[in-house]
Amino acid sequence: MDWVVFVVAGAAVLAGALGVILASHPVHAALMLVLTLFGIAVLFVAQQAHFLAAVQVIVYAGAIVVLFLFVIMLLGVDKSENVTTETLRGQRPIAYLAGLGVVAAIFLLARTTWVSGAQSVAGVADGPGSNVEKLASSLFTRYILAFEVTSVLLVIAVVGAVVLARHSPSGGVRDSEQA
Amino acid sequence: MSVPGAWYLGLAAMLFTIGGVGLLIRRNVLIMFMCVELMLNAVNLTFVTFARMLNDIGGQVVVFFVLVVAAAEVVVGLAIIVSIFRRRTEATADDISLLKG
Amino acid sequence: MIHAVWLIPALPLAGFLILLATGRRLGDPKAGYLATAMMVGSFIVAVGVFFDLMGMPGDERRFEQELFSWMSVGGLDVNVGFLVDPLSVTMALFVTGVGALIHLYSVGYMHGDERYPTFFVYLNLFAFAMLMLVLSNSFLLTFLGWEGVGACSYFLISFWFERPSAATAGKKAFVVNRIGDFGFMLAMFLIFATFGSLNYVPVLEEAGTLAKGTASAIALLLFVGAVGKSAQIPLYVWLPDAMEGPTPVSALIHAATMVTAGVFLMVRVNPILDVAPGVLTLIATIGALTAFFAATIACAQNDIKKVLAYSTVSQLGYMFLAVGSGAYIAAIFHMVTHAFFKALLFLGAGSVIHGMHDEQDMKRMGGLRKWMPITSGTFIVGWLAIAGVPPFSGFWSKDDILLGAWEKNRLLWLIGLVTALMTAYYMTRQVILVFYGGERWKAADRKTPSEAEAKPDHEPAAADGHGSGAHGDFKPHESPSTMALPLVVLAVLAAIGGILKSPLEHWLEPVLAHPHHFASSSSTKLGLILVTTVAALAGVGIAYLIWTGRRVKESAVEPQVLRRAWYVDELYQKVVEAPSRALANFSAFVVDAKVIDGTVNGVGALVRAGGSRLRTVQSGFVRNYALAVAVGAVAILAYAVARSA
Repeated sequence: MDWVVFVVAGAAVLAGALGVILASHPVHAALMLVLTLFGIAVLFVAQQAHFLAAVQVIVYAGAIVVLFLFVIMLLGVDKSENVTTETLRGQRPIAYLAGLGVVAAIFLLARTTWVSGAQSVAGVADGPGSNVEKLASSLFTRYILAFEVTSVLLVIAVVGAVVLARHSPSGGVRDSEQA
Repeated sequence: MSVPGAWYLGLAAMLFTIGGVGLLIRRNVLIMFMCVELMLNAVNLTFVTFARMLNDIGGQVVVFFVLVVAAAEVVVGLAIIVSIFRRRTEATADDISLLKG
Repeated sequence: MIHAVWLIPALPLAGFLILLATGRRLGDPKAGYLATAMMVGSFIVAVGVFFDLMGMPGDERRFEQELFSWMSVGGLDVNVGFLVDPLSVTMALFVTGVGALIHLYSVGYMHGDERYPTFFVYLNLFAFAMLMLVLSNSFLLTFLGWEGVGACSYFLISFWFERPSAATAGKKAFVVNRIGDFGFMLAMFLIFATFGSLNYVPVLEEAGTLAKGTASAIALLLFVGAVGKSAQIPLYVWLPDAMEGPTPVSALIHAATMVTAGVFLMVRVNPILDVAPGVLTLIATIGALTAFFAATIACAQNDIKKVLAYSTVSQLGYMFLAVGSGAYIAAIFHMVTHAFFKALLFLGAGSVIHGMHDEQDMKRMGGLRKWMPITSGTFIVGWLAIAGVPPFSGFWSKDDILLGAWEKNRLLWLIGLVTALMTAYYMTRQVILVFYGGERWKAADRKTPSEAEAKPDHEPAAADGHGSGAHGDFKPHESPSTMALPLVVLAVLAAIGGILKSPLEHWLEPVLAHPHHFASSSSTKLGLILVTTVAALAGVGIAYLIWTGRRVKESAVEPQVLRRAWYVDELYQKVVEAPSRALANFSAFVVDAKVIDGTVNGVGALVRAGGSRLRTVQSGFVRNYALAVAVGAVAILAYAVARSA
């Protein structure tokens, strides 16, 4: 049973990923991205990370992809990119080679084990109690500082986004905008 | 019988590679961004797999934070993209070439 | 007084400095009198030093005075100091004495010249350098004076530098001299390497212990220096051209003093020469050949100064013949008498030129005896002295030299004898052409003074208020007393100078390492004297026969090859100058411009090309940069894989 889940979800993930990079229309790409995210969520569930699967769907598929779609609308929904031609010389071949290199390197590295230092245990993943509880207890005790800092980061990101994206009132043209 | 962790890791590696290659190949800025998200997801999958394999909840905690930071990053990144490409007709990464030496 | 020896060069130096600062303000003639006064003062001090030295016992006649340390580097300690011994005092006496007379003469001769004060600046500087040369106590300080007189020679030869020929002559003198100076420098290096010191006293005292090879090398190198400075073969070519300078310069520098520096140096280092007999033979041979060679050229020259120039080269050859024969004192004796009569002849020639309004061609003179009685009278005394007619001074000194040559090598003696004959011949020819015979300057085609000014190959007309006469109205005139007085003094010295013979022999003996005595019997000596006198009189007679009265075809007695000085200058031009110029052109336009500049520019071009190639990496496209990051990441992963394998 697990295998079936894995294969189907894996196929969905990979299909979605290929769809993202091959789609010419950005909206199509966004939808393919959603497929991938769902596949990932399923795989999270299969690995007993229930909370994360939920968060993945809500935050990623729900908020981030929607944000993408909003921006696509804003910047021109009907523009599709010419996927077949490549303007920069040598970009594609070298990119494919790099990709192959990374895959090969990862698979080769996987054969060996690099152990450095003692294993740290933040908490057990198996055992009694729901996943949420275990995650929460680790998060709010051991990693509380990171949690608070991350919340500050969110505030900064929001403020930054508002500042960056607003129409500046008359006068000041942003330096980052190129004439 | 559960699937061995190695398969998940392999899947994650391939997802990561696809995302990386896509980032290098596509010209549309938004799609490049989506490829970055693919890569982040691959990393998340890897961490969760290791959390299961090593029986350590720390992996899932990391994924939690990655998720949050990725979200913040997307927000700011899209805001930047909007502010740069707002007035343009064409919106490809190749148009920003002021760094040409 | 002997402690005041430093005053001897110091006075002309002071004169130089004062005139440098205030010469222009003092003007004509005060600047000249100041310079002359310095020389006279120097002479008086020299006389005082001479008497003090004479008061010392015979064997210990040496006094060294060190003023201050010049340089102390490594193992080399050189002080500025003076060595007073018979040789240096003799030189100092006649340099200051004859020098003072010539300074006085110049006051009148250079009157009216625009740069009158500058002339005396240079003259005093020259006197300082020459006195440093003769009075110094080390090779290095002598070299300082050596170079100094070379530089002053350059300044003075090209004094009228607006004339291209004068400027060229100055350059030629300097460059040819430099060749000799190089030999001197190498000799100094060798001396220092051998003895560890450059002072005369330690070096010459130990000279007897030198190995023959080292001594020969040192002697040969010093002789090269002497050849350059004293105009011997093959470095004599600058002296005839040096006649472009004003006549007092020719008299002082190129007759009496600077050119004798080479002979002085040879006599100074006689202990070294005595250990190098091969070099002595070489010196004698070159001296004899030069004497002969220059005499042949003098027989065919028309310029009054050129005859005297070649005559100087010839007489210097005699001095080197004497040195090479071991008769050092004879060389010095001849140097002294030569200073007297050659300076006299040159100053007389200057007087003639001055009186003839800058005419220098003897073929256009004639019959000047009644127009310039003092000049002609003194000139005739000089003529008799140089021709070797007894009892004038030249007879005694030349005779000593020929005696030394007879004892050294009969062939050299014969060359010397024939040269004596030629000397008598060309000097008689000169006297006849200038002072006797018809007054050829009255001929219709004689240039007027204004034309002589326009064609600047004679000394420029001195604006001395003579009023250049209109064509046909020209009359030669006698010179003023400032010029005539030195002539008379020198004539007296040239006439009676012979009495210095035995005092000088006795006086200079301590300077020699091995006392030199003529080995011939007195009958041989007498015979040689007779033969020499006959030769001299024969020369006079031949000249008389050819140049008075009888019509003789000039081209027969003055062949073109002699007139053009055996084409030596042309030979040097072809053999030395042309290849050097080709090499210089090659170096400048091929090696420097193409190879060196090409390399430098090539490096620059290479960098530029490399840069513009590398520039394409900075495409400005973010995707390219991302690709670079990816490739880098792959490389690092590959390294990790390789490491773990």
